[in-house]
Amino acid sequence: MHMCSQITMTVNGAPIVVPSGTTVAVAMAIAGQICRTSVSGEPRGPLCGMGICFECRVVIDGKPHRPGCQILCKQGMDVKTDE
Amino acid sequence: MNDDAYDVVVVGAGIVGAACADEFTRRGMYVAVVDRDMVGGGATAAGMGHIVTMDDSEAQFALTRYSQQLWQKLRPELPIDVEYDQCGTIWVAADEEEMIEVRRKQDYYGQRNVPTERLDAQTLTRLEPNLRPGLAGGLLVMEDAVLYPPCAARFLMERAQKQGATLHLGRSVAQAGQGRVTMTDGFEISANIVVNAAGAHAAKLTPGVEIKKRKGHLVITDRYTGFLRHQLVELGYLKSAHSISNDSVAFNVQPRRTGQILIGSSRQYRADQTEVDNGILARMLQRAQEYMPGLAQMLAVRTWTGFRAATPDKLPLIGPWPGDSSLFLATGHEGLGITTSLATARILVDQITGAKPEIPIQPYLPSRAAMEHAHV
Repeated sequence: MHMCSQITMTVNGAPIVVPSGTTVAVAMAIAGQICRTSVSGEPRGPLCGMGICFECRVVIDGKPHRPGCQILCKQGMDVKTDE
Repeated sequence: MNDDAYDVVVVGAGIVGAACADEFTRRGMYVAVVDRDMVGGGATAAGMGHIVTMDDSEAQFALTRYSQQLWQKLRPELPIDVEYDQCGTIWVAADEEEMIEVRRKQDYYGQRNVPTERLDAQTLTRLEPNLRPGLAGGLLVMEDAVLYPPCAARFLMERAQKQGATLHLGRSVAQAGQGRVTMTDGFEISANIVVNAAGAHAAKLTPGVEIKKRKGHLVITDRYTGFLRHQLVELGYLKSAHSISNDSVAFNVQPRRTGQILIGSSRQYRADQTEVDNGILARMLQRAQEYMPGLAQMLAVRTWTGFRAATPDKLPLIGPWPGDSSLFLATGHEGLGITTSLATARILVDQITGAKPEIPIQPYLPSRAAMEHAHV
């Protein structure tokens, strides 16, 4: 049986374990966190899922506005909800 | 088809036309406004929205300062979406030569009761830590502000409408003058007074008006809250903005309330097309990155262009047009139309109603060009 490796990372400061191959946008959903907050304060998350709409922007390792649906989770990654 | 006769018909619903409509109706006049597109859709929508006191000339200082004070008075009435923010301007000095200009500018403003603060290199770094190290200092002009121009224009136009103005949008004007405005669809409005407030298009409506289109580019970034706190303009801006003939770029960045950053600026004559020119855009962004290296890491979400209405002597045209007693101009504001819209409206309506303007109006009279020719 194929063993899927596990990745440990943090989402908004809390540790989470996800299977390798998981996108950051999915990790946010698993963790129950929103990707970003709109200018008017609304919660936002993935819409197109293909890197076009930029609704799933997150802060990855301190870099803001990364498209969460286009980036795979990595061991030790630190992800935060974007502004 | 004829409409009822108005006191005034204003051509152009940019921020200048909207301010004029507001001022005319405030003084009890019956006003119509015509625009081929929408309220605040031309240079008003393209510009940065910097409410700035300038000192290129006494006349420019008088108009920008007077208008800034009118904005300050209006501020409590502005809706939240106008985003008026008195963040101040810092004129950034790159070297000791530019610090001499900082001192001159500080003296000039000080003598005219405009509060400023001279910044040494350390203070500049403390106020704007994302500027590159090694700059000489700057001048903080704390009453300068920023706003969101399309919403400011909409606010002024809505207030004019509440005061009785009628608004005709989506109608191109074919002819304006001799007491009437005729649209390309044949619709006609009669009025005692016609105001050409058509910005960079003013010369098409009134042949002989010396206005050229001066193209500009802007970029807006995604949200980077706290990265930038003041409007920053390089002092070298003066050299580039003064250059009449050549394409020029200057470091000029503005913080928006959303955390977004507006990045400018460029100036081009003989560029009539609206498309983004990647060559000058690259030069503009390169210049901005020389001052703020961190901009290079940012996401830009939109890039656009607009056309300033530039006059040969860099002052707007406000007042009667010689040869047509019904026709008045309110145009030619180059890059300062958002700042000077309110003062423009005041001194135009003062002239028409016979009220005493609060500043001398001679420098802005359209007849000045004709007089210059007569003196040759």
